[in-house]
Amino acid sequence: MSNPQQLRYSKEHEWLSGAEDGVSTVGITEHAANALGDVVFVQLPEVGDSVTAGETCGELESTKSVSDLYSPVSGEITEVNEDVVNDPSLVNSAPFEGGWLFKVRVTDEPADLLSADEYTAFAGA
Amino acid sequence: MSSTELRRTALDATHRALGATMTDFAGWDMPLRYGSEREEHVAVRTRAGLFDLSHMGEITVTGPQAAELLNFALVGNIGTVKPGRARYTMICREDGGILDDLIVYRLEEAEYMVVANASNAQVVLDALTERAAGFDAEVRDDRDAYALLAVQGPESPGILASLTDADLDGLKYYAGLPGTVAGVPALIARTGYTGEDGFELFVKPEHAVGLWQALTGAGEAAGLIPCGLSCRDTLRLEAGMPLYGNELSTALTPFDAGLGRVVKFEKEGDFVGRAALTEAAERAASRPPRVLVGLVAEGRRVPRSGYRVVAGGEVIGEVTSGAPSPTLGKPIAMAYVDPAHAAPGTEGVGVDIRGSHEPYEVVALPFYKRQK
Repeated sequence: MSNPQQLRYSKEHEWLSGAEDGVSTVGITEHAANALGDVVFVQLPEVGDSVTAGETCGELESTKSVSDLYSPVSGEITEVNEDVVNDPSLVNSAPFEGGWLFKVRVTDEPADLLSADEYTAFAGA
Repeated sequence: MSSTELRRTALDATHRALGATMTDFAGWDMPLRYGSEREEHVAVRTRAGLFDLSHMGEITVTGPQAAELLNFALVGNIGTVKPGRARYTMICREDGGILDDLIVYRLEEAEYMVVANASNAQVVLDALTERAAGFDAEVRDDRDAYALLAVQGPESPGILASLTDADLDGLKYYAGLPGTVAGVPALIARTGYTGEDGFELFVKPEHAVGLWQALTGAGEAAGLIPCGLSCRDTLRLEAGMPLYGNELSTALTPFDAGLGRVVKFEKEGDFVGRAALTEAAERAASRPPRVLVGLVAEGRRVPRSGYRVVAGGEVIGEVTSGAPSPTLGKPIAMAYVDPAHAAPGTEGVGVDIRGSHEPYEVVALPFYKRQK
């Protein structure tokens, strides 16, 4: 699997797009989606919520387990992906595209986000 | 991670070549899934799935008093099982606690094969060996003597029939006969853990890869795919089948688990646990224990083992197994609940899912029953 070069990555296996008008898109990586197995339920933050880098902001539930969803950055939620709420399997089938999770107006970004190559090495994938 | 090395089945290289996600299961490195566990589940319900179950523990009991030994060691009436047939039973402690649930195949008049769960195989072997004292019977550890492949699903009779001359039509559910499959000797059993028609094939480990390939080839047109332990768990949950460690444990007697019918007090002679189980039966009759029920979610959050079942602000039970059901399209669970809340349709029952009380419908088990 390949991790798109234009994205940045957290060690909690989220990806973060470049900011358009200060707003970045967040999802989980294909590596994480594969590790979870079939995702059957997602609980996302609500529009207007404040999220903090490295803290939980939702849940991803798969057949066998439930995992916390972390925000890779701090900021305010501007949009959540209702398509993925209605069809959580998008996280598995298109983690970098239709399976994106939320958009956030970034106020603070940790310095330790990884490049695609660094994340690929980190995840061993 | 455990520091001890995981055991690998004869099919290990096959699983890796297929890209399986592997998992530690009772000390074995087993395939969890090959692709999507949901697709594997659906394949077994609608077409066919192929499983490697070589981690299961086979124990052979032979000798003139094999039947008497098993009648003493287990709670079932094993002496009445006819050669070629199989029976679901349990092995209990002296205090009535369940050590394991088992399938016992009577292969010959004086030869039985006991199949134990992987996690309990040593415990069962030790107990049978100890309980064999004084009987003219031999207990043999045959865990390394067999690989076990299962073909499950509505297409499985046709797939298997193309590889064997054995009389599959004459092979009833819960029966087993020796035969030849794809040119290798096999014990062919019409058993499984999926709620579907299907077969379990006990073969020598050196024949496992060839048989796997033959079954894969024979099943291709019918849509057979390899299946892992993840879908095996959702299949058995939909079928309402208990899993040791979830629904069954040493803390429960068969009567507490709602499976008192497997205890045969009427059989000849004493058996381990008789006195305690007699008390447990009386206790269950006068003061009904918690009842194993099915729960179906109204929402989409999935209950897990250990989550509390609640009603009216009180804890009324505990989830033993839970998963999203591919067949029902909703999360389902098995749970032990107080008898007052056990009737199907009981109002106001919920599961505490990490602090939020999610509504659940109480239903009778199983969730799924195949059309015959």
